[in-house]
Amino acid sequence: MTTTSNDILLKVTDLEVSYGNIAAIKGISLEVRQGEIVTILGSNGAGKTTTMRTISQLLKAKSGSITFNGVELTNLPAHKIVSLGISHSPEGRRVFGILTVEENLMLGAYTRKKVDPEILSWVYNLFPRLEERKAQLAGTLSGGEQQMLAIGRALMSKPSMLLLDEPSLGIAPILVKAIFAQIRKIAASGVTVLLVEQNAKVALKLANRGYVLEVGKIVFSGTSAELLGSPKIQEAYLGKKRH
Amino acid sequence: MDIFLQQLANGLTIGSMFALIALGYTMVYGVMKLINFAHGDLVAASAFVGLFIFTNLFGSGTSIFIAIAVFLLTAVVIAICGVFLERVAYRPLRTAPRLSAVVSALGASMVIQNGIMLLWGPQLKIFPDLIPQVYWDLGGVVISLIQVLIMAFSLILMIALYIFIEKTKMGTAIRASSIDQDAARLMGINVNNIIVTIFVIGTSLGAVGGLFIGLYYKGITFNMGWQYGLNAFIAAIIGGIGNIPGAMLGGMLLGLFNAFIAGYVSSTWADAFTFTLLIVILIFRPTGILGERVAEKV
Repeated sequence: MTTTSNDILLKVTDLEVSYGNIAAIKGISLEVRQGEIVTILGSNGAGKTTTMRTISQLLKAKSGSITFNGVELTNLPAHKIVSLGISHSPEGRRVFGILTVEENLMLGAYTRKKVDPEILSWVYNLFPRLEERKAQLAGTLSGGEQQMLAIGRALMSKPSMLLLDEPSLGIAPILVKAIFAQIRKIAASGVTVLLVEQNAKVALKLANRGYVLEVGKIVFSGTSAELLGSPKIQEAYLGKKRH
Repeated sequence: MDIFLQQLANGLTIGSMFALIALGYTMVYGVMKLINFAHGDLVAASAFVGLFIFTNLFGSGTSIFIAIAVFLLTAVVIAICGVFLERVAYRPLRTAPRLSAVVSALGASMVIQNGIMLLWGPQLKIFPDLIPQVYWDLGGVVISLIQVLIMAFSLILMIALYIFIEKTKMGTAIRASSIDQDAARLMGINVNNIIVTIFVIGTSLGAVGGLFIGLYYKGITFNMGWQYGLNAFIAAIIGGIGNIPGAMLGGMLLGLFNAFIAGYVSSTWADAFTFTLLIVILIFRPTGILGERVAEKV
């Protein structure tokens, strides 16, 4: 897959985030261009989810800036973000368990005046399982199905950029493969993707570029091929031993 | 059999009032995970506001239009009080530890209760007959027009609320916010607006409940919010706190239970039996009758 243009869609500059006195993100900068799939890799506690939640303004930055299409996000409330075109499928899926699958999807289109039937059928096309189970309560779905629902729900707002936080977390390997195949399709349809993953192997297979986050700092960035080729990354994230 | 039918009618009347008031507790708890202890006092305030509006705006004389006007104006005044309460007592404590908000709620309860006493005095007041005293004797069972109106109007309000919550976009957003506020924000839902909406709906329903209490029991006192509020709160817990149909069911059950205890045992013992019922239900269904319908998979 090639980068279609050089327009920077999302730009994070010198971002710092802390929980009380504890610094979680210690000044990171990254950018995502239109049409790219970019991944942020890192182990538990590296600050990946914090970064995503700060982009969505669920967390407030201590300093630094985040711009999307040139619009500064850090002074906006969280509920204003999705209508700018950024949709976030959060870590742990966070589907509304006691609402039906269909109600979950409708909420994804909350900021739109009307639910676009084309988007709905596109989502059902990507994840046919959701259509089969649309009247079922989301809490009764399997983990993989809930992940499909979380992604589908995020797509309902017709975003130009999708934030995916650990879509492989706690899901059977066969479903991970299926879900990543659909993420590829979503990206091919023109949606820019920022993907956070612990599963570096599947993430790098999908992404154009990647950043490696360690205890709140970016320690490495490059194209997927560069990351795959780096001995340090191989050892730390891909499970290969140095000879 | 006569006692049974008579207490059935009385129980459904009391239950309707409990249910209307319980909805305010349960809706606020659903989204904010906070027991709004001031709710019962707003209910009491509504009876006094209704009395004030009636005597100052309409003087005397009753008609269906005056009754409707008193209900609407009171609901508006109490809803404004509810929104104000949320803004000053709860919103600043949104991220504070849970206990701080509970203490704030208890404080707000005292402020409103004492406020009513300052404005209208500590004596018992007699609520005006907004609705004519008409009774029907149905072979030993006496039902008043007021009872029929309370039951019918409560039923209409509860059906309307149920449809609003289950079928509309706003209602779905309210349910989503009560499940997961952060996820709701990611959908673009302004949770602050949802909370204000909940306070408007909950306190308006409570205001109707307070006016019904005035109409039905006649005597209103500044501290009656505690008594009716506590019963409605127990009704909300019995039904499953946070669950809207649960509050309706819990209110009706508790009203019937109270009426039958009063009919067959003694009304002096009603509270003792109410709390016993609460304990028994909490032992066997800690989340209430309709609480937690589905365990969420993690």
